[in-house]
Amino acid sequence: MAAPKPRVKVPKKASQGEVITIKTLISHPMESGQRKDKKTGELIPRKIINKFSCEFNGQVVFSCDLDPAVSANPYMEFSAKVNEPGTFKFTWVDDDGSVYETEKKITIE
Amino acid sequence: FLTFAPRISFAATAETDAAIKAFTGGATPTEGTVSLDTPEIAENGNTVPVGVTVDSPMTPDSYVESVLILADGNPSPAVATFHFTAMSGAAEAKTRIRLAKTQNVVAVAKMNDGSTFMDTKEVKVTIGGCGG
Repeated sequence: MAAPKPRVKVPKKASQGEVITIKTLISHPMESGQRKDKKTGELIPRKIINKFSCEFNGQVVFSCDLDPAVSANPYMEFSAKVNEPGTFKFTWVDDDGSVYETEKKITIE
Repeated sequence: FLTFAPRISFAATAETDAAIKAFTGGATPTEGTVSLDTPEIAENGNTVPVGVTVDSPMTPDSYVESVLILADGNPSPAVATFHFTAMSGAAEAKTRIRLAKTQNVVAVAKMNDGSTFMDTKEVKVTIGGCGG
């Protein structure tokens, strides 16, 4: 499987105190653990992103616990209030312990 | 023409009820304040867009702590739990979920003062592309 690729959409700038919308998507099969291998008839082990979080300048803005009922390539859309320029840090945690990260900067106009 | 099924106030299955109770700490959530945005009919149960909005000022004194999303007809009702902070600005989130069949989607919101609210929406899941 190709390494999961995070994609994030954050406005480049915002006015002070503005509530912005952030959209994120990460390529991941979100294997539910309930599907059977068509050839062997055995259950395919669960492998999902189980946690997502978004921090702004080190403070948590939004986080989410995910269960197998979240679709493949999990998509998250949420809001953040921007009071100062800084960096959004996005983190996805995989069942196997892998952590996928990306960052986006925002300026105040 | 489509007839609209009446909204079902409380979740149908014991497992879903248990998940709500575990989330609220035993309290029965009040209807309202939280609203779910789901399609009436989902042609593809593999990726159903679901949005949730909670009416809250989202200030450090009064904000939504978390929102639990459940699907009572799935093999396991848990879908996702969103955690908000005062920095979220607005208590709203959207994601895409899997629904095994036609069922109720439930959202339960927990405020920082411990009060809980819920909303339930039925989503019809079609397998063929009848287009509704």
